[in-house]
Amino acid sequence: MIELVFAQLQRRDRSGADCVADNGICPDWIADNFDRYVTPFWEHVYLTLVSVAIGFAIAFGLALLAHRWRWLASPITQVTGIFYTLPSVAVFFLLLPLTGRGNTTAIIALVAYTLLILFRNFMAGFENVPAEARDAGRGMGLTERQLLWGVELPLALPEIMAGLRIAVTTTVGLASLAFLAGAGGLGEALFDDINFRSNVLVAGGLAIGLAVVLDLLILGLQKAVTPWTRAAAA
Amino acid sequence: MKPTRLLIALLVLVCAAVFVTACGGDDDDESSAPQAESTAASSGKIQRNDANSKVQLTIGSKNFTEQKVLGEIYAQGLEAAGYKVNKDLNLGDEKTALAAVKSDEISAYPEYTGTALLSFFGKKADQLPKDPQAAYEEAKAGFAEDGLVAFPPTPFTSSNEVAVLQQTADELGLKTISDLKGKSQDLTLYGSPECRQRLDCLLGLQQVYGLKFKKFVPVDIAQRHEVLTSGRADVSIVFTTDPQIQREKEVLLEDDQGMFPPYNSTLVMKQETADEAGADLQKTVEMLQEQLTDENMQELNARVDLDKKDPAVVAEEYLTETGLIGG
Amino acid sequence: MDSGGGRMSTTLAFLGDFGDAFDYIFNSRESQAGGARVGGTELLPLLWTHLKVTALAMAIAIAISLPIGLALGHTGRGAFAAISISNTGRAVPSVALIAFFVAFFPSTPEFWNVTVALALLAIPPILTNAYVGVRQVSRDAVDAARGMGMSGTQIVRSVEFPLALPLIFGGIRTSTVNVIATATIAPLVGVLTLGDPIISGSVHGRAGQIGASIVVAALAIAAEVILAAVQRAVTPTGIKLERGGAVGSPSRLGTLKRRIQTAP
Repeated sequence: MIELVFAQLQRRDRSGADCVADNGICPDWIADNFDRYVTPFWEHVYLTLVSVAIGFAIAFGLALLAHRWRWLASPITQVTGIFYTLPSVAVFFLLLPLTGRGNTTAIIALVAYTLLILFRNFMAGFENVPAEARDAGRGMGLTERQLLWGVELPLALPEIMAGLRIAVTTTVGLASLAFLAGAGGLGEALFDDINFRSNVLVAGGLAIGLAVVLDLLILGLQKAVTPWTRAAAA
Repeated sequence: MKPTRLLIALLVLVCAAVFVTACGGDDDDESSAPQAESTAASSGKIQRNDANSKVQLTIGSKNFTEQKVLGEIYAQGLEAAGYKVNKDLNLGDEKTALAAVKSDEISAYPEYTGTALLSFFGKKADQLPKDPQAAYEEAKAGFAEDGLVAFPPTPFTSSNEVAVLQQTADELGLKTISDLKGKSQDLTLYGSPECRQRLDCLLGLQQVYGLKFKKFVPVDIAQRHEVLTSGRADVSIVFTTDPQIQREKEVLLEDDQGMFPPYNSTLVMKQETADEAGADLQKTVEMLQEQLTDENMQELNARVDLDKKDPAVVAEEYLTETGLIGG
Repeated sequence: MDSGGGRMSTTLAFLGDFGDAFDYIFNSRESQAGGARVGGTELLPLLWTHLKVTALAMAIAIAISLPIGLALGHTGRGAFAAISISNTGRAVPSVALIAFFVAFFPSTPEFWNVTVALALLAIPPILTNAYVGVRQVSRDAVDAARGMGMSGTQIVRSVEFPLALPLIFGGIRTSTVNVIATATIAPLVGVLTLGDPIISGSVHGRAGQIGASIVVAALAIAAEVILAAVQRAVTPTGIKLERGGAVGSPSRLGTLKRRIQTAP
């Protein structure tokens, strides 16, 4: 190799003890490095919202089918339940060769997990509709469709929204593992340096914070769309 | 009743919309025909050639600090040269990364000559070349058989090494790896998950040195120093460019039976991708690597591992401090 | 644009992988790159660690949450606390909790860091279900017991606890399944459970990843079945009869409702 004169990088003086070297909780470091968490945070938000949205749509469709044809309820529950016994980590890795690294793989796995939660809450919601309400509706001459959309779904809303809350918080948790499928997220930030306390605190804190905020948002939404439950409680 | 009905319809509509958007756009650009002649080399600064923007590259890396820094350097440097660059760093171990190149998940990643010889091309310890250039030539020949091109290597070498804490070395009188003979059966070794099957890791220690350890615990490679300092590991496998060696006063045991080959880094890419990317690619890569000496690589690793800076930020610092990118 | 053929062969390969996975479970083999033995009997230490971590985590969780849940339910105070714990518990990603212990307690053996983290994860469903279970006990039964002169603790032990058992067991079953699933990520921090083949695919191969997943799933199902049987055995006959049939198999949705409070 030819002898070349290489430019040397500035060597930093690391002899002094400082917060980062002592593996502490360092506000200065957090302030300086906070923008590293921005992209993972929004990746996490994206994964959560998209997965729950798709899961909600699919579960809703399945619930309508099971509502129409009762015998479907059990098989659907079985199939969605199978996804539940598989460890989430496994689903990420097993899908990799089929769908490649990236968001698609993660979202498919996350959607599969939400299906059981959302589907059974839809069905529980339907089950909870008082028979009198249905009878009253039929008595008023409503068609099956009008009954479904006008009576049953609104009355099932509390259970549906409760399921949505559980699905969202669960998905935030699972999305922390999405980095194993190459989809980024706060889990990636966490494992970037799992020994550094400041990093664990920020990455973990953001994930918890996200779950809490989304949970409260849906709770607020639930209270808004079911005013009669508020009246009952009051 | 009506507002709630509307709300449900809206919810489903929103879900559907999100669904459509999510499935909307994951297509990569196709890279097209070769472009104009590369511009003449100038005084150490990367020149942007707009003709390169037709080429889409995805730079990958393995799952530890040095790899992430290297990946960022290549990605940012090639972007400065005008290429369209995506990043997919932190893929996993060497086998995962190679599979990613072969399956076109990524265009290129930095591999080490020694790792390639042992993990990909099945060389035995006694067949390993001692000279870094010879190691590179052999690795390059091996890759060529798979239709891959290995670009000229970096100046720095980052070897696997067996490390113990100073007090362990003093207590047991350890200077070389052979000194572990007769003592290793009471010691716990920590290494990466793939260490179990690598000839430059546990497998090599078993076969070349005949060592048996009390226990081998696989951990994430990022923990390789933490396990020593916390006392969980008696022995750990580390890299010679690790800044923690100096700080924690670790002792690297001498490889007296020569199980570790040279480990210069070389960018590995499919031959077709390299051809399509044109002459600027090799030129830029060589410019980027020129200043990656042992000291500089250690300094960059230290900025990430000790100062806890983001590899992307550190790579940018490297590019500006060496004048590769106009500051 | 013919990716149909490619996907077909991938699917077929995937199905073929299942056969290989079963072989992995029962026969040991060379690792992907050679040099180490994996699969078959090599899985037993992983299984043992997995069971140890689960059992200890559950024991700790039950020991903590059961008394507190029963006490809160009995006195009727702390509804807000019980519900909040359940909600916040769901919001904490398991990975974050394990990472927290690894980062903040580096000198503790990683086995205990993981076990305690899993125990914390297991607490919310048991706590909430114990609380709700006791609240649900009919006031008449409690009043009758008080009329008979039973003290508070006696009431809890002889009346409220047995009547709350179905829900409590539901919580325990949920937690156990969650812990079994979450223990698969323990290898990321050095505790070798059945998650190791799943995460280290380049050592164990596809067969290992699929095989280990099947074993974990089977473990979860077995835990469910065994705990359901224990629940049946332990529930007083009177309650079994009152609920008309074996406790633990009310409406399918009821079972599911109790099952899913959190997730791995």
